[in-house]
Amino acid sequence: MYTYKNIFVITLLLIGQLALSQTPNLGETPSQEMLSSWDTTIDPLGRGLPDGSGTAEEGQPVFLMKCAACHGLEGEGLINDRLVGGHGTIGSDRAVKTVGSYWPYATTLYDYIRRAMPYINPHSLSDQEVYQLTAYILYMNEIIEADERLDKNNLANIEMPNRLNFFSYEYELP
Amino acid sequence: MDKKLTLSKPEHVASNGLLDRRYFLKSSAAYLTAGSSMLMGSISHAQRSYPDYMTLPGAPLSGYGHRSVNEDHVQRYISLTRGTTGAGNSRTPLEKLHGIITPNGLHFERHHSGIPDINPDNHQLLIHGLVERPLVFSMENLMKYPMVSRFQYIECSGNSRPNLASEASDLTCGEIHGMISCCEWTGIPLSTLLAETGINPNAKWVLAEGADAAEMGRSIPIEKALDDTLIAIFQNGEAIRPENGYPLRILLPGYEGNISVKWLQRIKLSDVPLMTRDETSKYTDLQKNGTSEMFTLEMGVKSVIVSPSGKQQLGPHGIYEIRGLAWSGAGTITRVEVSADGGASWTDTLLTEPVMRKSLTQFRIPWEWNGQPAILMSRSYDDQGNRQPTRSEFIQNSGLQVNYHNNMIQSWQVNSEGQVQNVYV
Ligand code: HEC
Repeated sequence: MYTYKNIFVITLLLIGQLALSQTPNLGETPSQEMLSSWDTTIDPLGRGLPDGSGTAEEGQPVFLMKCAACHGLEGEGLINDRLVGGHGTIGSDRAVKTVGSYWPYATTLYDYIRRAMPYINPHSLSDQEVYQLTAYILYMNEIIEADERLDKNNLANIEMPNRLNFFSYEYELP
Repeated sequence: MDKKLTLSKPEHVASNGLLDRRYFLKSSAAYLTAGSSMLMGSISHAQRSYPDYMTLPGAPLSGYGHRSVNEDHVQRYISLTRGTTGAGNSRTPLEKLHGIITPNGLHFERHHSGIPDINPDNHQLLIHGLVERPLVFSMENLMKYPMVSRFQYIECSGNSRPNLASEASDLTCGEIHGMISCCEWTGIPLSTLLAETGINPNAKWVLAEGADAAEMGRSIPIEKALDDTLIAIFQNGEAIRPENGYPLRILLPGYEGNISVKWLQRIKLSDVPLMTRDETSKYTDLQKNGTSEMFTLEMGVKSVIVSPSGKQQLGPHGIYEIRGLAWSGAGTITRVEVSADGGASWTDTLLTEPVMRKSLTQFRIPWEWNGQPAILMSRSYDDQGNRQPTRSEFIQNSGLQVNYHNNMIQSWQVNSEGQVQNVYV
């Protein structure tokens, strides 16, 4: 004999089945080319980083030419965000959040520059230039040396100074 | 604000002029009776002088309607990121609107690199990553899916930030709190599309990425993606406005607005959160001790009196309606109380139907103002047991440095001249 609860569960299952068989299934299989060219995601473990490499020395001229007009010659901030400094201010009355003082992952810097900068001309940088700029901004923040070469194998290993101050009560962080 | 006729004797329910919340309902019944007997009276035969628009036929019909030019002053408050024309925000003028639905042209905006000009014929949505079958959908195909409609608010987690400054600034309600809007959104439950791609058991996060120039992306917990998340295509019955994500956006009811990514082009299932710039550098809650909490996605229980509110001027002494909006990211508003004496005494307001989950709820209460100085406040409660915090409770728990998720009680001071101003209590 069915109890009300059983009937409820069975109805739910039926609705679920109906819903599935009734969905239009109009998605198409993406081409390999689409999958690889659209998937620009870089995760905090470094998965998704492209080939190429760069050092701060190589990045300096690129930064001066393509970024300094808005962010300052030394990333100190001009029209737009300050990218350098502020170390030791997080937790004080006047927190200065920058890539160096605040950001938890170096992979985020690569990912963000590649998708969004320079502001007036996004998606114009080569993967190589993005490695160089990432290295230069990290170097200005005294996180890496001027000649340290960044690539897909070591970028995720860089220890960002504020990394351990990030937490979540609800979710497991990588 | 309209001054109302006083017909029945007002009954005071809390100090400083607050009246029984049903006072207007009772009075309008009395007014109706009075009105019908007036109709029986004598009719004047004097010649009426007609306005021009009644002496000629009016304007022609039109394919798409516009509001009256007399309403053109009702505008969003724009605030730009320096050096840009398309980054920044514009806020809904809450104090100039009535009801719970935000007109499409006044929905708040927050863009990181302007509004893309997308032709839906060329737009695609790719779903891939930890799925069984990656799939790509054209807009034409998505339009054939069964859709659902829901009334949901979207609130930026940076909303009400002006009140995190140490001094109260003299601003309007919309300037302070206007990064919230509420619409009827229609679209496809994300769970429908994920049922078609299949989900790899290791998937815990869902990246949503936009097709704007900054390709802004956010990571969504998979439980939320399978719960009430929509792929929204329509806003108040018509195609989503370009500034709200045309031709489609993802919509996460009750979560901070930034995660409801506009111009959605890609969804990728992943075993970790992607740690994009907008969930690390921004939209993380800096604590008093210098640590930062990530993924505080649900918006708190909150309310604000929209009238009378900041920079408004009351008219003659008499009875006013206090009117406001309440909402909770956790569920449904159950109760809103109002105080006219800076929080010393409180009384219940009337909630206007419909009262819906993760939507705006309107509250109202009559108030008698006879020139006495007052501080008007509202506080809301939801069905999950949450109550809106006072300013000092908020500062105690979160601190002013937190930068996001400000849901503290708003105080509007009314002086003896009837000027209304933002104050801290
Ligand atoms: C025309 C001005 C302009 C130029 C040039 C520019 N940026 Fe930006 N940058 C901005 C703006 C505006 C923002 C903030 C965007 C937002 O609010 O989402 C920003 C944000 C950033 C951020 C994030 C800051 C933070 O704390 O979240 C980084 C990193 C950055 N830019 C790096 C670069 C790099 C590297 C270049 C050179 C390739 C560059 N920018 C060139 C205007 C510019």
